[in-house]
Amino acid sequence: MAELTIDDAVLPTRLDAVINWGRKNSLWPLPYGTACCAIEFMSMMSSKYDFSRFGAEALRFSPRQSDLLLVLGTITNKQAPVLRQIYAQMAEPKWVMSVGVCASSGGMYRTYATLQGIDRVVPVDVYVPGCPPRPETIIYGAMKLQEKITTEALKARKEHIQAFYDSFDRQKSLEAAKGLTPHQAVREMLLEAGEAGAQRIW
Amino acid sequence: MNPTNSTTIQREGDHMIVNLGPSHPSTHGTLRIVMELEGEFVVKATPEIGYLHRGVEKLGENLSYHQFIPLTDRLNYCSSIMNNVGYTLAVEKLLGIQDPPRSQVIRVLVSELARIGDHIVCVGINAVDIGAFTAFLYLFKERETIYDLFEMAAGQRLHTSFTRIGGLMRDLPENFLPLLDQFLESMPRTIDEMEKLLTHNPIWYDRTKGVGKITPEDAIAWGYTGPCLRGAGVPQDLRKAQPYLGYDTYDFDIPIGTTGDVYDRYLVRTEEMRQSLRIVEQCVQKLKELGPGPVIVDDYKIALPPKEKVYTRMESLIHHFKLVMHGMDTPVGEVYSATEAANGELGYYIVSDGGKSPYRIHVRPPCYPIFNSFDEQVKGTLIADAIAVLGAMNIIAGELDR
Amino acid sequence: MILERIEALLPDAILDRHDFRGDLTIVVDGGRLLEVIDLIFTEGFQMLLDITAVDFLDRDPRFDVVYHLLNLTNQDRLRIKVRVNDGEAVPSLTSRFKCADWSESEVHDMFGLRFEGHPDLKRLLMWKDFPGHPLRKDFPMDGGDIFCDDTGASYAGDATSLQG
Repeated sequence: MAELTIDDAVLPTRLDAVINWGRKNSLWPLPYGTACCAIEFMSMMSSKYDFSRFGAEALRFSPRQSDLLLVLGTITNKQAPVLRQIYAQMAEPKWVMSVGVCASSGGMYRTYATLQGIDRVVPVDVYVPGCPPRPETIIYGAMKLQEKITTEALKARKEHIQAFYDSFDRQKSLEAAKGLTPHQAVREMLLEAGEAGAQRIW
Repeated sequence: MNPTNSTTIQREGDHMIVNLGPSHPSTHGTLRIVMELEGEFVVKATPEIGYLHRGVEKLGENLSYHQFIPLTDRLNYCSSIMNNVGYTLAVEKLLGIQDPPRSQVIRVLVSELARIGDHIVCVGINAVDIGAFTAFLYLFKERETIYDLFEMAAGQRLHTSFTRIGGLMRDLPENFLPLLDQFLESMPRTIDEMEKLLTHNPIWYDRTKGVGKITPEDAIAWGYTGPCLRGAGVPQDLRKAQPYLGYDTYDFDIPIGTTGDVYDRYLVRTEEMRQSLRIVEQCVQKLKELGPGPVIVDDYKIALPPKEKVYTRMESLIHHFKLVMHGMDTPVGEVYSATEAANGELGYYIVSDGGKSPYRIHVRPPCYPIFNSFDEQVKGTLIADAIAVLGAMNIIAGELDR
Repeated sequence: MILERIEALLPDAILDRHDFRGDLTIVVDGGRLLEVIDLIFTEGFQMLLDITAVDFLDRDPRFDVVYHLLNLTNQDRLRIKVRVNDGEAVPSLTSRFKCADWSESEVHDMFGLRFEGHPDLKRLLMWKDFPGHPLRKDFPMDGGDIFCDDTGASYAGDATSLQG
């Protein structure tokens, strides 16, 4: 038997690349299904479209056990603090896919009740357009996310998430200091951000 | 142990508060239920809704009558086409017009397909919630065919916006009926398969039989409509009781239950799927008898003129411009029009001041009063049963909160 | 038929009536609503389908509270309206119909009307500290709310003016 050389036993690569390869092929989605897009999501999970082909069939309904937040449907202002809470609870590293126009921009609901895009309150990685997007579109979005994961630096992801934690801490301290409800705190932070010319609070 | 009549309920500190939702796998959209538990028994369940309140009614006051049609899709997104039909019927009632016979038959056809699709989601997800995944996969195969049919007819799988005031967006395409025939052939088999998996399945039976019982009197007092009311034994179905779209010319039966529990609601929904298939078959027959014809009224003050006329005739161009820019002329008055949607009575209340947009538009969603009774339905039952009851109520957050 | 019964047994209860497109509508005095409801309940209108309201901004009284009832036996429908001003209370129907609970809460939430005798009148669709009542005609569609605004800063001033 030939002697094992170092070239056979070692695969030279970068740490980022090998970790990202693992990450992108084992996404555990948390479906935050709120409206119509959740129905298309059901189609995507069921027999015809079969999302498990992408290594992401292990749905976890607990944020603690998942690393991909799929926001499926309209997020209203009433839900905004809930969404922030859920994102904060998720395991690191974490990604967010905003599925459908309502989640991405408020869509056709430009009203007092609807949050005009979830990127105002949580960081978003991939936006999937459509009202609702077809299952193929959501799958394409997931593939785009996989591409994004392949190329990103681990450190950048960490910092990206840290920026959210900072804003979440600020929300909590606002609530404690002024005795605000989560809704009022988020609203106040959005107002501040607006005055500074920003569209988001994280 | 039944906590409602035991003395342990008096003890403070024994109760556990469990927060179900707004993000919970069994909540069907976003709603939140705060459950007070003693052991595994529910002492009190307080639903909190409004997490999907998107301001549809306010939006409707600022849009023209035609522009509101896409918003109706997103009310009950499991059977959007029925919402389109219900809304256009309400506006047609306000205008005092009727759509052409061919359009009526097609509206019935697509409504019944949507009813089947809605029941598929309801039964399938109800089963998934209490641990039976297989039926869901079988049923969703057929639902995909319904999606394909809708996509052929309207160009969109889910949010069809198929109807127009005074008729339909367009006639059914050529290849619609062949695919429908395939569906009519395979769907009864799928229902049989589903029944094999569920109806006589002892686990399904034990989990649903006697859970969420309701008397007919209570059901009426709570404002139940649809399968939940019929499951309780009240034979109220607007398709028979107050026929619209010529439903009185179709031959179909209204299934009713006896106890109103989850099992009865499931049986009622299953039978309604079969009855809907019967209606669809009759629709196909009627379409053949009627032959080709218009599917929208010939009044260009209400419906857009065909494109070739807009491009060639001055008058049609003016009508097109007027209708798009100024909307319709509506009489001053108020109407309430109700249709039998998959969940029950779907009502639209429109107040018109004669302007291009409704002065006030209100939707009466069928699951709103049903969900109101949730506390009474689950009090004293196991928490696992509460999930079964929630599934059988078929709460669709989009129409619940509007 | 039902109108004759009401008129015979409760004279002067009906203030106004109309029959547009076959929808029978009566306007009754708020103080006599419960009497009328009791009467028509015994006449068969045992299903309360819906409660909503309409805001006529410049009219006095400003609001219409609208009740839709159904007679399950002969499938008749009846619409009852009560006219109220801002701040006036309407008698609650929760003691007659269980489903009035949420419907009245919703009207309270959306229009800011009070229902006398309701066990638990609360904000139902909007969150607890939401300013204003969205379906009133003087409430802006985007709520004047920062969530809805693209430029952000311009709304900072009037966001609080919606209170009350």
